[in-house]
Amino acid sequence: MLNATLKQLSCLLARKKLSSVELTQFHLDRVARLNPGLNAFLSVDPDRSLAQARAADARIAAGEAQPLTGIPLAHKDIFCAEGWRTTCGSKMLANFVSPYDAHVVEQLNAAGAVILGKTNMDEFAMGSSSETGFWGAVKNPWDRARVAGGSSGGSAAAVAARMAPAATGTDTGGSIRQPAALTGICGLKPTYGVVSRYGMIAFASSLDQGGPIAKSAEDLALMLNVMAGFDARDSTSLERPAEDYARALHAAPTGDCAKPLAGLRIGVPKEYFGDGLGSDVAAAVEAALAQFEKLGATRVAISLPNSGLSVPAYYVIAPAEASSNLSRFDGVRYGYRAPAYGDLADMYRKTRAQGFGAEVKRRILIGTYVLSHGYYDAYYLKAQKIRRLIARDFTEAYRQCDLIMGPTSPSVAFGLDSMLSDPVQMYLLDIYTTAANLAGLPAMSIPCGFGAGGLPVGLQLIGDYFAEARMLQAAHQYQLATDWHLRQPAGTE
Amino acid sequence: MSLSLPEVKRVAWLARIEITDAEAAVAQGQLNDIFKLIEQMQSVDTEGVVPMAHGQDVVQRLREDRVTETDQHALYQSIAPQVENGLYLVPKVIE
Repeated sequence: MLNATLKQLSCLLARKKLSSVELTQFHLDRVARLNPGLNAFLSVDPDRSLAQARAADARIAAGEAQPLTGIPLAHKDIFCAEGWRTTCGSKMLANFVSPYDAHVVEQLNAAGAVILGKTNMDEFAMGSSSETGFWGAVKNPWDRARVAGGSSGGSAAAVAARMAPAATGTDTGGSIRQPAALTGICGLKPTYGVVSRYGMIAFASSLDQGGPIAKSAEDLALMLNVMAGFDARDSTSLERPAEDYARALHAAPTGDCAKPLAGLRIGVPKEYFGDGLGSDVAAAVEAALAQFEKLGATRVAISLPNSGLSVPAYYVIAPAEASSNLSRFDGVRYGYRAPAYGDLADMYRKTRAQGFGAEVKRRILIGTYVLSHGYYDAYYLKAQKIRRLIARDFTEAYRQCDLIMGPTSPSVAFGLDSMLSDPVQMYLLDIYTTAANLAGLPAMSIPCGFGAGGLPVGLQLIGDYFAEARMLQAAHQYQLATDWHLRQPAGTE
Repeated sequence: MSLSLPEVKRVAWLARIEITDAEAAVAQGQLNDIFKLIEQMQSVDTEGVVPMAHGQDVVQRLREDRVTETDQHALYQSIAPQVENGLYLVPKVIE
């Protein structure tokens, strides 16, 4: 059961070999046993989960099941879920019980999925290690002295430790892909606008995108089928016809069965293999590229000349938008309010000083500064122009290739507390992931081997706009030929 | 470019975050490190480049001007720090 795909679980449920109540209880028991050592979940509510599971069982019995009906899923604590405490990893929202559902939660609930719990994260999704949250660090299931990556580290660790069959995450600069890479599982950030941001607590609105975290590409496709879709409540949600993201997974190979990816041109950007990339990560990624070639794909050397500017531009745009978005946390309408204060301005200042952690304050200060009088052109506007250059690099590249591949993160999981005192070093870990957010492109990470210390390495796939199905197909074919995605951390049996 | 201590305090004031002198000193060092990274942007010529806000350059959707929300103030105010008679309470602003 631990390595079963969502489709297999769905079959077991449909054939009444297993009930959703049993499946949910099985995972609740695993959470109770494994979570104290991993800190991946912030909230579990067995009564609420089991009530949903019973409803799912009734729905299955009535013959009204959909692909995810009865499957327990973990939600990143950034997604509002009605009646669930939703903290976004912050003291500011420590007691916030959401009065409504995020679009993503609404969709998954409507499909009959069960909410297994809410997962830990970096505070307001600001971080690459899931250490900055108010509730303490998530531990990597592969080595509990190391980080699980971030900011969706709780969701990633929950899936890696098989506490949840799949989970939701959000990705503003790599927050789905990097934790997926560091914990040996799969994660996908869709094209910007494919998944509604309604009810997803805002960090940087022009970059934020929700997406699935799961053990395999096939599972990601099933999750995305439910998570994606137009929603008028998100002003940047795209109005497109519904897509079956699983449609191409088993696409009939053209001709040679041994080469299911014949015709696929993989662009390998030279900038993603330069200084700063760990040799262990480079070796695993090289081996994965060789495997893709075996499956019939061809490799094309490409260049993304402005990729070095993606981290600087990202750390202007994301904090600028965050400083605006987080101005809503003022102690008036919801969330934390300082216990003692003088006038209104003092209430704001004390509430925000006490309610936000160090990394969030740092980014609000950066954002406030770059948006302040006289600096807008030099920073925010400049960054938006560089964003265009970065997007153009990709447009050029996709004239020569269908997908881009490279490492997700320059190193395997690093030690807890090893980077917290040096924000710039931590920011530079986002070197390969932020470009896809800036350009709005879909990107994913799949496990492709192990590096130093026996820790997982992630392969990143970046697609052209709306190329999710093509990416998932390539990843699925790779996973049919390899078993990295089935490896499970020791001690999580 | 580098931020002085008074500038850090001014930015914190603009952001409505109370900051002690010791915190401001730490923040100053960290912010200046971060701005060193950000300054790399100035190395590239962006003359004539149109700023990009959205991958598909989508424009804001408009909708018909009619009421779509229902009154949920009681529900929403049930999680507010302080309310009275349907109003959010804050310290007195006007004498």
